[in-house]
Amino acid sequence: MTILTRAIRAAAVTASFALAAPASAGDAKEQYFPLATFRVGAYASSGIPSWAGVIDYLRYINEVEGGINGVKLFWDECETEWAVEKGVECYERVKGGKNGSPVAVFLPHGDPVSKALTEKSVADRIPLITTGYGRTEAIDGRVFPYSFTVLFSFWSEASSVVNYIAEQVGGKDKLKGVKIATIYHDSPYGKETQTPLDILSKEYGFENIQIPVPHPGNDQSAQWARVRQIKPDWVFLRGWGVMTPVAIKTAAKTGFPVNRIIGGIWSGSEEDVRPAGSVGKGYLAITPFPAGQDFEILKKIKAEIVDKNRSDLRDPKSFGSVYYNSGIIETIIAVEAIRTAQGRFGNRPITGEEAQWGLEHLVLDEARLKQIGAEGLVQPLTLSIKDHEGGGAGKVLQWDGAKWAIVSNGWVKSDRELLLPLIYERAAAYAKEKGIVPRTAESAEASAR
Amino acid sequence: MPPVASVSALPGAHPVRRALVPTLSARATMLAILVTTAFAVPAVASDYWLNAILIPFLIMALAGLGLNLTMGYAGQASLGTGAFMAAGAYATYNLLLRVPELPLPASLVLGGLVAGLVGLVVGLPSLRIKGFYLVATTLAAQFLIEWVLNQYPWFSNYASSSTISAPRLALAGYDLSRPGGRYLLTLGTVILVTAVAWRLVRSQTGRSWMAVRDMDTAAAVIGIPVAQAKLKAFFVGATVCGIAGALWAFAYLGTVDARSFDLDRSFQVMFVIIIGGMGSLAGSFIGAAFIVLLPILLSHVAGIVFGGAIDGGQLQNLQHILFGGLIVWLLIHEPDGLSALASRLWHRLAART
Repeated sequence: MTILTRAIRAAAVTASFALAAPASAGDAKEQYFPLATFRVGAYASSGIPSWAGVIDYLRYINEVEGGINGVKLFWDECETEWAVEKGVECYERVKGGKNGSPVAVFLPHGDPVSKALTEKSVADRIPLITTGYGRTEAIDGRVFPYSFTVLFSFWSEASSVVNYIAEQVGGKDKLKGVKIATIYHDSPYGKETQTPLDILSKEYGFENIQIPVPHPGNDQSAQWARVRQIKPDWVFLRGWGVMTPVAIKTAAKTGFPVNRIIGGIWSGSEEDVRPAGSVGKGYLAITPFPAGQDFEILKKIKAEIVDKNRSDLRDPKSFGSVYYNSGIIETIIAVEAIRTAQGRFGNRPITGEEAQWGLEHLVLDEARLKQIGAEGLVQPLTLSIKDHEGGGAGKVLQWDGAKWAIVSNGWVKSDRELLLPLIYERAAAYAKEKGIVPRTAESAEASAR
Repeated sequence: MPPVASVSALPGAHPVRRALVPTLSARATMLAILVTTAFAVPAVASDYWLNAILIPFLIMALAGLGLNLTMGYAGQASLGTGAFMAAGAYATYNLLLRVPELPLPASLVLGGLVAGLVGLVVGLPSLRIKGFYLVATTLAAQFLIEWVLNQYPWFSNYASSSTISAPRLALAGYDLSRPGGRYLLTLGTVILVTAVAWRLVRSQTGRSWMAVRDMDTAAAVIGIPVAQAKLKAFFVGATVCGIAGALWAFAYLGTVDARSFDLDRSFQVMFVIIIGGMGSLAGSFIGAAFIVLLPILLSHVAGIVFGGAIDGGQLQNLQHILFGGLIVWLLIHEPDGLSALASRLWHRLAART
């Protein structure tokens, strides 16, 4: 009996929470900004610094700039442990807004969960901002109206790596005959770069070798033995989690020069290299999230937030790290999108639909980035309905044994003119398979009215 | 219902019958009320309730039911549940995509049957080996299926990231892509499959499964075709898991890749039936409620009680500790699972009235 009554009481408690979720935008004065954090579980080491970056920037906007055009942000956390189901649960929990304030954008922070939310977000009209991950075809906003793979898609990542190698060997015409081996995490994420590398190898004539590493990748002697045999000029390492440090260590053991390995976006953080120890010195990585503390905005955050003990960061060593900066970069994009939407719809909390308009009209040029203090931290980008990526460039970092140094000459651009038509083709095929009628710029403008 | 029928047919069995009949009709009424309420839910429930709570709960219960047939009723321990779910999801996807004239229920059932065939193959070693060794062979299937689906892009229609995404869900012209529609699709499927499973475990097949589970040598001696029973258990169990996998992919998440059905999923389903009760259909539902719903409840309660006061990560760890502690406490007090607890409770209530 007692158990039964307890169960009923428990059910009533949950029911009251879920049913009490408010739906529409009322006369709220503040903008709700839900955070689907992951501070425990296998990926906590990346989650903790990235979410600290997000929260510190939100605090900076609130406390130093007095909100976005006077509209302050407020947030709560929902722990996902980087698991798809929990991520979906969190999304459903927060999507209705809070205290009458709507959700403008949602940051899924994970490739699988962003894919599971692709269609739900369209039905709910909440833009998903996925920086450095997510389905590449989502660049085509005509087919994927609420998915924003801003900054750097996996295809751009592959292309930028090839272009960096071209710079090193003395031009794209020198790529002919160069051997590039891609060692990838054998998962949907890991395989995303196969198609673009295939296209690019045909274009430039380099030799494209693909070597898979099964999840999680804590033994790679077979793969590196193959590398030893093939003797590639460069290795492009697309790892995830424990795979990256193991790859660096195994490469050093088999005598492959570490400064000829270029890590991908998710193989390029301090947390990826530190466990490899001293042999990681010289390792390269491409990233849309340059590390460093010298960017103007980081200096401001240090002075106003970190030094005043207002930072979410528990470990001060992570300040200015790749993951911390990724949180800041992501939030800069979200905040600027809301600001752009406010320019059109008024200085008040913005709905998801309005934020979509804001994102599709987002212009972050050199001048604006300088005002924000994000020059060199965020690449210049212009989004549109046909282009949800905008930039498509990365910087190459090199590990000096203690920290990252930027070694590329500014942003390494990708061959977007070459790849975009193929991405549009794939998006069109997806639209056909799903029966989606692609939007046009006119219809999007009409619905924004 | 052979036991009841045979009892009531005996002339001197009236006292027993009187004791049983009200319970049975009460049970039937309760079930009817439950089913009617379940169908009425979309009218009142929010998207959150449908998408984040009810749909995953029903699907996990269905997967648990599938494993319960193989493991709980026929005693064939399996860690291949994730593989069967993946096979069902990918088979249904390809049927919907390549044979668009098939109606949705047919694709679902055929997808399930493909998973059943995979289960049949995976079950072959059960003819020779048992227990932990059998678990190890099903584990191999788990890894193989995941690898095959990831390796051969044909299965995912050459999508750039080998993910599959639900085609338009419609049944007889009625669009099922809204949360309410997806919930009703899930609910309808779960009720139908549960009804079939209920009949099955009370039939000749079900009895031979239980005989094999309790002692296969004795079962063979009394003339039960042991090999046939074992393979049938794998086939039926995997079919149900396959249907659950297809629903997981299309009615719940919408877009999945093979890693949604990894070993963790197999373990999760196994915990559902261990906690809910092996060899009990209701146990699959109770176990799924425990595994899926309790953590959500804990996180809501924790958010209300400690929200903001404690570091988010530590709060989550506290919930894990509490959840783990509850499982240990529960299994010590009721090793037969929550369904045994529920039926004891039921009998006590019935005795009082």
